Amino acid sequence: MKPAPFKYIAATSLEHALALKAEHGDDAKFLAGGQSLIPAMNFRLARPAVLIDINGIGDLAGLRPQEGTVRIGALTRYRALQRDDTFGKLFPLIGEALPHIAHPQIRNRGTVGGNLSHADPASELPAIALALEARFRVRSAKQERLIAAADFFTGALTTDLQPDEMLVEIELPAPKPRSGSCFMEIARRRGDFAIAGVAAMVAMDTQDKCAEIRLTLCGVGETPVDASAAADGLIGQAPSEQAIRDAAASLQGMIEPAGNVHATTEYQRHVAGVLTERALRTAAQRVHDGY
Amino acid sequence: MDTDLHEITLSVNGASYTRRVESRMLLSDFLRHELGLAGTHVGCEHGVCGACTVLLDGEPVRSCLMLAVQAKGHAISTIEGLASKDGTYHPLQQAMHDHHGLQCGYCTPGILMTMTAFLDENASPSEDEVREALSGNLCRCTGYQNIVDAVMTAAMRMRG
Amino acid sequence: MSTRTFGEPIKRNEDRRLLTGQALFIDDVELPGMLHAALLRSQVAHARIIKIDISRALQRRGVIAAYAADDLGAYWQPGPLLVPPPPIADIVFNKRTQVPLAKDKVRHVGEPLVIVIAESRYIAEDALDDIDVELEQLPAVVDLEQGLRPGSALVHEDVGSNVSAHVRQTKGNYASAAAKAHCTIKRRFRYEHGISSPIETRGVVARWDARANQMTIWDTTQAPVFVRNGLAGVLGLNERNVRVIAPFVGGGFGPKIMMFYPEEVLLPWISMKLNRPIKWIEDRLEHFFATTHERGQIHDAEMALSRDGKILGVKDVFLHDGGAYDPYGLTVPINSQCTLLGPYVVPSYDSTFTQVFTNLPIVTPYRGAGRQHGVFVMERLLDLAAHELGIDPVDIRRRNLIPPDAFPYNNEIIYQDFAPLRYDSGNYEPVLDQALEAIGYKTFKDEQAAARQQGRHLGIGIACYVEGTGIGPYEGAKVQVQSNGKVSVATGIGTQGQGHFTVFAQIAADQLGVAVGDVDVITGDTDQFYWGAGTFASRGAVVAGNAVNEASKVVRKKALKLAGDLFECSEDDLVIDNGKVSIVGIPERFVRLGDLASRANPMRGAVEPGTEPGLESTQYFGPKMGATANGVHAMIVEMDPRTFELKILKYVVVHDCGTVINPLILAGQIHGGVAQGIGNAFYEKLVFDDQGQLLNASLADYLLPTALEVPRMELGHTVTKSPLNPLGIKGAGEAGAIPAGPLFAQAIEDALDLKGRGVELLEIPLSPSRLFELSRKATT
Repeated sequence: MKPAPFKYIAATSLEHALALKAEHGDDAKFLAGGQSLIPAMNFRLARPAVLIDINGIGDLAGLRPQEGTVRIGALTRYRALQRDDTFGKLFPLIGEALPHIAHPQIRNRGTVGGNLSHADPASELPAIALALEARFRVRSAKQERLIAAADFFTGALTTDLQPDEMLVEIELPAPKPRSGSCFMEIARRRGDFAIAGVAAMVAMDTQDKCAEIRLTLCGVGETPVDASAAADGLIGQAPSEQAIRDAAASLQGMIEPAGNVHATTEYQRHVAGVLTERALRTAAQRVHDGY
Repeated sequence: MDTDLHEITLSVNGASYTRRVESRMLLSDFLRHELGLAGTHVGCEHGVCGACTVLLDGEPVRSCLMLAVQAKGHAISTIEGLASKDGTYHPLQQAMHDHHGLQCGYCTPGILMTMTAFLDENASPSEDEVREALSGNLCRCTGYQNIVDAVMTAAMRMRG
Repeated sequence: MSTRTFGEPIKRNEDRRLLTGQALFIDDVELPGMLHAALLRSQVAHARIIKIDISRALQRRGVIAAYAADDLGAYWQPGPLLVPPPPIADIVFNKRTQVPLAKDKVRHVGEPLVIVIAESRYIAEDALDDIDVELEQLPAVVDLEQGLRPGSALVHEDVGSNVSAHVRQTKGNYASAAAKAHCTIKRRFRYEHGISSPIETRGVVARWDARANQMTIWDTTQAPVFVRNGLAGVLGLNERNVRVIAPFVGGGFGPKIMMFYPEEVLLPWISMKLNRPIKWIEDRLEHFFATTHERGQIHDAEMALSRDGKILGVKDVFLHDGGAYDPYGLTVPINSQCTLLGPYVVPSYDSTFTQVFTNLPIVTPYRGAGRQHGVFVMERLLDLAAHELGIDPVDIRRRNLIPPDAFPYNNEIIYQDFAPLRYDSGNYEPVLDQALEAIGYKTFKDEQAAARQQGRHLGIGIACYVEGTGIGPYEGAKVQVQSNGKVSVATGIGTQGQGHFTVFAQIAADQLGVAVGDVDVITGDTDQFYWGAGTFASRGAVVAGNAVNEASKVVRKKALKLAGDLFECSEDDLVIDNGKVSIVGIPERFVRLGDLASRANPMRGAVEPGTEPGLESTQYFGPKMGATANGVHAMIVEMDPRTFELKILKYVVVHDCGTVINPLILAGQIHGGVAQGIGNAFYEKLVFDDQGQLLNASLADYLLPTALEVPRMELGHTVTKSPLNPLGIKGAGEAGAIPAGPLFAQAIEDALDLKGRGVELLEIPLSPSRLFELSRKATT
């Protein structure tokens, strides 16, 4: 399974990369980690005429705290996130999800920006970015845009990126005080794409009543699903088992799992509900545990 | 379309190589057929089986998911460089032999490269941690048990 | 120092080359001027070929040649029937074997249409896009029952139906057994096995040397001798001008013993035509279609029992998916049919199967070779009967085990080796008892109840099976002591990782009193050893091992005679150990084996008429029939009652394969087999749509178990020597893989109390999603 021929250019700077993309548009693809792109090229499912290697653009990688947010360079490898304890404590949702993303060898190369731009419906990071209300900084040779996660994912393997644009940075707002989070997924084997995955974040007020809940899912729609509204019944009170079960039930109207070779749509719906209950319960408990 | 050729210089197991390669040549094919280092094996060419794992600047990566041109200026370590020049095994090679951790041996180089890097980072792993680190390498012959035992033994011996 | 090593956990001779990346695998073969092949394969399962136009491909720079079926001329012919149908009365068998390139029709996705030869595999794959193929798609035969209905599309029109074979075997009289039964259990079972998916795919390198008149073929085959013979035949060459080398093979598991695959047949012919070496390496995507599968059967089975759970008889009618062609005869379904009987007394048996042609890849043996399917049916019937009769599932098995004094036990029906199915030896109850002890059966019920109090759902499974092993026809070995004192052992059998380089060395070392490391084993090279059937059906250690033993015994005798002549004493006064022959009690009077070997091959002088030179011997071993091994697997699982996710808490195997040559290697075989069994039971499933398209043709979606899915296994064994060979050994290669299906079904039912909820698990593979669907159906 060898890739079809292409022209390879190693970009020397972000400007260089963007100029090339402006020139070639959809005929060119950026090569970051390559962990999704190269298999597709080996299967000849993807046949870009031009491959723009951006791995040499050092500025594109790294974690930068800035004015209450954390900015993640798009070229940051999963592995770098796993190694950063401070980051892991600030965003335990990501820390909890990382071991579910493929395997160590993939995580050594794969990048956050590459994963988000690829927008696989079963991928964990898009759902987590949505849960955290991330903003994506997107650049072309002409301009820069800041896109909310909710607007970035437009369909299966499809984003709002224009043919001349690159995702350069992910901005995560500071985590809410007095909050707990939990990421859970069901997959056939560790590291496989999720049959269903849930990211839950529960923030409480000083009376231990739920002030805000973020609830997103992967694997159960063409894009990551923001199902936070399903947990509205929990807002303003202490979390109860009944309210949590109700949230899992109202979730069903917000997801549209498509089924696949590993699971029927009914099973996906079923475990999405089970995971939602468990994730909300655990996230609420963790508020008191301090993570 | 004319063949897209690039000149690359890289280091493999400490030795420097300069070659002209087509841009689409996979790193796995480059190592095996251009450099004749056939110890790195190819099992799937879509990044799942792990047989092709080599170290890129010390980190395990799937060589079937990299282009040879991407390795320009980097240091690659393959199975051929694992034992000492006089043939003395790395402790993990010795432990694999002692525990019968290989049968057909096809997945073995990928596992050795993955797990030696793992042990460098985690000198006292639990069995669960070993299995997790091993989960990105498929073996069809051994059922993994003896490999896990070999890694635990190697870790113990390396701790002295 | 004693060099006795037989039975010891000796570390492997072959490890160094493998551990250092120096072993030669097929894709490591590099020859000057070598060209590369890629095959254009059908994207549809069933179609008439209207047109194939290779002209554009030939114009691509770097492409040397391309061939479709018509370009092969008289060379194009269907492959041979590898395994004829066994001598069973009234058998129906319609032979239709695979072809090197499809002509007129394609019959499965992946069937080759064109082969392209180019300067690199990259360019060859580019050229595949240049080929224009026009196909007229036909409805695909995928469902077995549908395929047998009138009006179904036909895989082979000239057969008139999709019946590849029809076989009925009986013993006793089932009808009268059923009439006397207190209880009859009747169910439909579905069992699907999967693909072997070794980490190394297949490959062939062919080099024709016109000046030397020599064809050399490197091939990832488990049967180099027969490949040599067959290819020599079709190429019009003498066998001695053809050399087939099976290098280190990265896992075989069965499908690499299928012979005369299209690529094996094409590459040597092309090499002769172009006078260049040609290489073809199967990529992983191709492997899903181009290498043979095992797949599914549907059984309508019933068991008649007495009130106390004794089996009176079993009747089984089943359909077997054979794929588009049937070159391997009936090996797989016959194994199912025979192995169903298991370690039990089954006085009456009426088993009928129909092997069905389908528009899917060919089915040939894969580790277990159809035994899994039969074992699943029998073990499930017993579980269902136990539930119905209120008998403990272990007790019902115990009551039906063949007693130890009943051997050799005659099952009367015909087995895959064409001989009546007779179990040579066995002692089944101690194996069961040991397994029960190891899994903690007696205390499990209490543990289960305690766990349930904490909301945890644990379940236990026990499964018994027999495995026919060590079948003929024969294998041979040539053992030779060299002047340097090292021993060489050559045999025609190949290797795929099961330790032959060590196990055969142990056998020779034991006879010749040398160190295991001083025995060099050569396998898989037809120039080194001319005769042999191959490594399959758990026969390598038994058949080739005994041949090595016989040859070593002769060499030992020769050495003692030579030494006796030298020392002018009786052979009884000599001892052979440590590479030396010495006089008993006078160790300083010795001669090295190497020196004896030199003496046996003098450069000058006269020898007695009839003397054979050298310290060597070639011997063959062919067992009268196969030796029956047996085992019991036991497993405790924990199920998540809401998501149906499964975790194995404990896995026990107790196994009896007679005398054990190397317990380390044996354990490795069991571990690997169990891992494949776990994959088969709960992870691996080939998902075809109704047009014969494989929807999960990648390792991302065809799920092989990893180190997180395969648990630690506890092994035990008993030894009931086989009387069929001097070493008393039975085969063990497939044992681990055979009973996983019923084990999982039983344990999951127990953990989730499914029987109580009206859910029966009558199919394999299972998965969390499938369990969810089955549970849902029961409550609606």
